[in-house]
Amino acid sequence: MSGHVHRDDYGARLGMWLFLVTEMVLFGGLFIAYSYMRYRYPAEFHHGGSELNVTLGVTNTIVLLTSSLTVVLAIVAVQRAERKRALAFLSTTLALGLIFLVIKSFEWGAKFHHGLYPNSPHLATLPPGEQVFFGLYFTMTGLHGVHVIVGLGVLSVMLWWVATGRVRQDRYIHLENSGLYWHLVDVIWIFLLPLFYLAA
Amino acid sequence: MTTHASTAQPSYLVDTGTRKGLLAWLTTTDHKRIALLYLYAMSMFFLIAMGIGFVMRLVQLTSFQKLITAQTYNALFTVHGVIMIFLFVIPGLSAVFGNFFLPILIGAKDVSFPRLNLASWYFFMAGAILAVLSLFTGGGAPDTGWSFYAPFSLKTGTNVSLAVFAAFVLGFSSMLTGINFITTIHRMRAPGMQWFRMPLFCWAVYSTAWIQILATPIVAITLVLVILERFFGIGVFDPAKGGDPLLYQHLFWIYSHPAVYIMILPAMGAITEIIPTFAKRTIFGYKAIAFSSMAIAGVGSLVWAHHMFTSGMSGMALMLFSLLTMVVAVPSAVKVFNWVGTLYKGSIDFQPPLLFALTFIFLFCIGGLTGVMQGALAVNVHIHDTYFIVGHFHYVMFGGTGMAFFAALLYWFPKMWGKMYSKKAIYASWFPIFIGFNMLYFGMLILGLMGMPRRYYVHLPQFHTMHVVATVGSWFLVLGLLMFFGTLLYAILKGEKAEDNPWGGVTLEWTIPSPPPLENFETIPIVTHGPYEFGAQEGKS
Repeated sequence: MSGHVHRDDYGARLGMWLFLVTEMVLFGGLFIAYSYMRYRYPAEFHHGGSELNVTLGVTNTIVLLTSSLTVVLAIVAVQRAERKRALAFLSTTLALGLIFLVIKSFEWGAKFHHGLYPNSPHLATLPPGEQVFFGLYFTMTGLHGVHVIVGLGVLSVMLWWVATGRVRQDRYIHLENSGLYWHLVDVIWIFLLPLFYLAA
Repeated sequence: MTTHASTAQPSYLVDTGTRKGLLAWLTTTDHKRIALLYLYAMSMFFLIAMGIGFVMRLVQLTSFQKLITAQTYNALFTVHGVIMIFLFVIPGLSAVFGNFFLPILIGAKDVSFPRLNLASWYFFMAGAILAVLSLFTGGGAPDTGWSFYAPFSLKTGTNVSLAVFAAFVLGFSSMLTGINFITTIHRMRAPGMQWFRMPLFCWAVYSTAWIQILATPIVAITLVLVILERFFGIGVFDPAKGGDPLLYQHLFWIYSHPAVYIMILPAMGAITEIIPTFAKRTIFGYKAIAFSSMAIAGVGSLVWAHHMFTSGMSGMALMLFSLLTMVVAVPSAVKVFNWVGTLYKGSIDFQPPLLFALTFIFLFCIGGLTGVMQGALAVNVHIHDTYFIVGHFHYVMFGGTGMAFFAALLYWFPKMWGKMYSKKAIYASWFPIFIGFNMLYFGMLILGLMGMPRRYYVHLPQFHTMHVVATVGSWFLVLGLLMFFGTLLYAILKGEKAEDNPWGGVTLEWTIPSPPPLENFETIPIVTHGPYEFGAQEGKS
């Protein structure tokens, strides 16, 4: 009986969901800060939101939602033992995640170019509410970006494991859990979009 | 209850894998070894922070102020708090006894995620090392107090960023442990181990794990905001940029008050194991204790603002938080009544673990009742930020969690190491601990009522007598603690061999050898009754 590795896919999934709860609460702290500050500075948040590029924000939403779909398709493909298709879908997900980051970096770059970044001389001339708006904008989209990067790292490992057969038809819990993480990244973005881009 | 025959399996303390010695310990995924890794590390931190506390008391005998400057004193109370809270009482009983006994008590071979469990320990150690580094690098040891209040924590030149990051990493360790324990309890219970047949320590660890999951991320993000604020000036807590320092206090206490229950709940759980064993009867009010743990976890999450009664809040908020604070005392009192109810008409077998458990109840009651005093708004205004607060939380955290930690250590010591300590030496150490404790911390309660503010380097002449009493008390306390740890250390090295069931306990850990074999049970037990049925056992024998 000993020497056999204990395997419990249900337990692994439960553990992952609990971890996702901690992630939700982590962002929850920022959402508390956001709602309080928005209550305090409604006009400034409105004005701050109008500085953001809605087109790029919506494009990124579509990119990220599509990448969530391709992760699900990759899991289905693994369940059906279609390794090549799974690899194709996972690679698509990684590519979409990278596109998201590239668009994001253009957005941040443009803000920096206009002098809209924390501690900038230009920002200091704006009303306090707008300074807080951009502080929160960079913090929350930045933390989200970190999660995208971590997710891409995890999914790259999954790509490797699918290729080497460590993730396969009868053993795909790791991929499934990575997919759950990727959906979380997606869900948080769905909240960030209206809070910042559509705040105007 | 079957007694094991002479078992062929070696104890978990013997290296059976390919790795030997220290390397085998540092790469272990055995929950029992990980528990000991936590225990050894935490004991070391405890002794360091105890030493710092000892020095802080000496400073109040003003002649020692030539040795310690005011800035150093600020660093000392910050570091004492950070180490004691983040490196001792928060991991506390959960990381040590939860790791060691949770799987055994529910009849499992290990936790759900053994490798994650080891990773949690490494996160813990990484956080601890960062915390120590923060003392000697950057602008020197943080001087903000353990609560890192903005805006001072944003402006001070000391190395707050690294200390705060250390707390962030430690929080990660705590969260992962919580995830592991919840999954373990849901998935790893032995056949027949229904929820209401679990020993109550498991319920306590379960409630704690939920707080660890639901509260810790809030402090994690708050501390990240402090770091971002210090490096990039994002402005969320900075009034000059439209931010609000009060927001920091709220976010900090949304975690740090529930964290108090992370510290005390497993302690209560351990006491609940000890009392039936030495009263030789079933626990009084099993479900009341189980649900009161969950109630504490729930209501305890809604009382955070009682740390901020003088910070500025609406009258309505003040009254609500005051009311909720009073309410949270109820489930704690339920437990105390149940413990006393269990002892009543029990056939009491007086042993060192019971002595420390009773000490816990006594000191915790003082801590709890002074807590209710502070929940009253008018009283709070008078005693806010005084030594009364310091005395109160040392009664709860040290008199409560600390004494329960010692009681649990004495109770499970023979199981963990297979050795027995000198009971006489433990009794001898109890007297200086108890006398010193009350001189020190009751002295602080009195000082607080007289008006002595906390965290002050100097004091007015009228406070001097009580300061001397408290400082002398600290000497007794330290002496007792050193005797206590010395006795146990001697027992680990040279103690007599302990029996498998020295206390006559009936929960599952007493059915296996001392120390337990690697996978705990030769065959997974089948559980047919509740955890504390002494009568049933006596009937069979």
